[in-house]
Amino acid sequence: MEKTVNQRAWFLILPVLILVAFSAVIPLMTVVNYSVQDTFGNNQFFWAGLEWFAEMLSSERMWDALGRQIMFSAIILAIEIPLGIFVALNMPKSGFWSSFCLVLMSLPLLIPWNVVGTIWQIFGRVDIGLLGFVLDKLNIPYNYTQDIVSAWITIVVMDVWHWTSLVALLAFAGLKSIPDAYYQAAKIDQASRWKVFRFIELPKMMGVLMIAILLRFMDSFMIYTEPFVVTGGGPGNATTLLSIDLVKMALGQFDLGPAAAFSIMYYLVILLISWVFYTVMTNLDKQDG
Amino acid sequence: MTDMTATASVKRSRSLPKINSSAIVMTLYLLFLLLPLYWLLNMSLKTNTEILNQFTLWPRNLTFDNYLTILTDPAWYMGYVNSLIYVVMNTVISLTVALPAAYAFSRYSFMGDKHLFFWLLTNRMAPPAVFALPFFQFYSSVGLFDTHFAVALAHCLFNVPLAVWILEGFMRGVPKEIDETAYIDGYGFGKFFVKIFMPLIASGIGVAAFFCFMFSWVELLLSRTLTTTAAKPIAAIMTRTQGAAGIDWGVLAAAGVLTVVPGALVIYFVRNYIAKGFALGRV
Repeated sequence: MEKTVNQRAWFLILPVLILVAFSAVIPLMTVVNYSVQDTFGNNQFFWAGLEWFAEMLSSERMWDALGRQIMFSAIILAIEIPLGIFVALNMPKSGFWSSFCLVLMSLPLLIPWNVVGTIWQIFGRVDIGLLGFVLDKLNIPYNYTQDIVSAWITIVVMDVWHWTSLVALLAFAGLKSIPDAYYQAAKIDQASRWKVFRFIELPKMMGVLMIAILLRFMDSFMIYTEPFVVTGGGPGNATTLLSIDLVKMALGQFDLGPAAAFSIMYYLVILLISWVFYTVMTNLDKQDG
Repeated sequence: MTDMTATASVKRSRSLPKINSSAIVMTLYLLFLLLPLYWLLNMSLKTNTEILNQFTLWPRNLTFDNYLTILTDPAWYMGYVNSLIYVVMNTVISLTVALPAAYAFSRYSFMGDKHLFFWLLTNRMAPPAVFALPFFQFYSSVGLFDTHFAVALAHCLFNVPLAVWILEGFMRGVPKEIDETAYIDGYGFGKFFVKIFMPLIASGIGVAAFFCFMFSWVELLLSRTLTTTAAKPIAAIMTRTQGAAGIDWGVLAAAGVLTVVPGALVIYFVRNYIAKGFALGRV
């Protein structure tokens, strides 16, 4: 749609700007403030320059957390995106069963995140949880509080359980927007199932899939509550992801300077990657356009 | 394999569930989703002795005591009330400020609009962990700490950009001629917006409200950091079950089940809009 140039539109945006300034910019400035200062307590601060940034960049702890974080995000994206597409392809297209699937699939999305953690914490326990109990009876060694591999599998499966539906719902919406004529044309051409998927469904889903990837990337990169409830970052530091580490540092140890420097770099990484996604997305929009 | 699903899915749209591979895939997936939930429900209906001493697939001594504990103790059920209060407040605030902004983004181009839009979105990407500490200090210093209002405002950080994003998508679908006709007919902006425009995007407002509700309801880190007693959300109260005698599993499970209920109700009411909202590619 052609848009009219109208600078007064700024007035309509003003409420949002004020609100976001109140809830985002001021706190962010506080973080920046802390990141360049040091304190000996008593609210006396002095200039520390980029010292904290240098310290954090050379700290093994942060790099380890970042490594684990990237591994976690990569694993869950590699599972959730294909699985979500696969589920969407198999969903009933309309009628009662379609609503039925939609409602049940949305259920995990609306459970408070710490309850998600609690559910899996219980589910995986060897003494009282179904999953842990069954695995134990089958003599498969499984103990998410002590064994690193078990802990990782638990938090990955939990995330897949929690969020695959989002990808599936998005992909489903993308599929529903494909006109029937495309399928009829493919049928006339006797295109194979794979070709229908590769040349009709996938390109048409590309827009929503990019959004799904963007959202899943952002949210998995910021994940805190669920793994924290299940493993508390352990065993050792094996599942201490970036946010868990940050909260430990800021609210647990009150190391304000390093935590603030950490926060800013963390934010910048997310911003950078999201910007790349966003640019790709808007370009895709234009191609469709 | 893929060939089979193709033919199956084409046929299925006519004749509903026969035994075919799609139905099997969906059944397996839904089973995977529901099993942990069933287990939670199962545990919430058992006594702690049964939970700890016997391994049973369904409650042998059916009991509602766990639910009674929660529904009769104000320290418990006020958690639900607190959560609902700030979630509703947040949804109302988010929509009120997002509506005019989304209209501006969808109708006008102005200085810096694209950058502004991306900047708004970046707030959706801000890790709550980064904001937890500054929020704590900021809201303490302005005297809002431990109020519902503080949590509602803090959740605006990610819900306002989201609402703007969703609404902008819906508004773009409304032809601009409608605005112009209304203005010619002598409607002022305010009257036009409320009387004519908002009913047109009612489903969009519904979807945006749904997502605001959802993300505010599930968030814990910020709401826990910003409250101590007066506005403490249910999710944070659940940690109380760790008493001296170990964890009270039954009550914990019952509390968990009760947190799923509002979400399930909301989904049920908006089920026909969800698909539409997703169809616009906006979440």
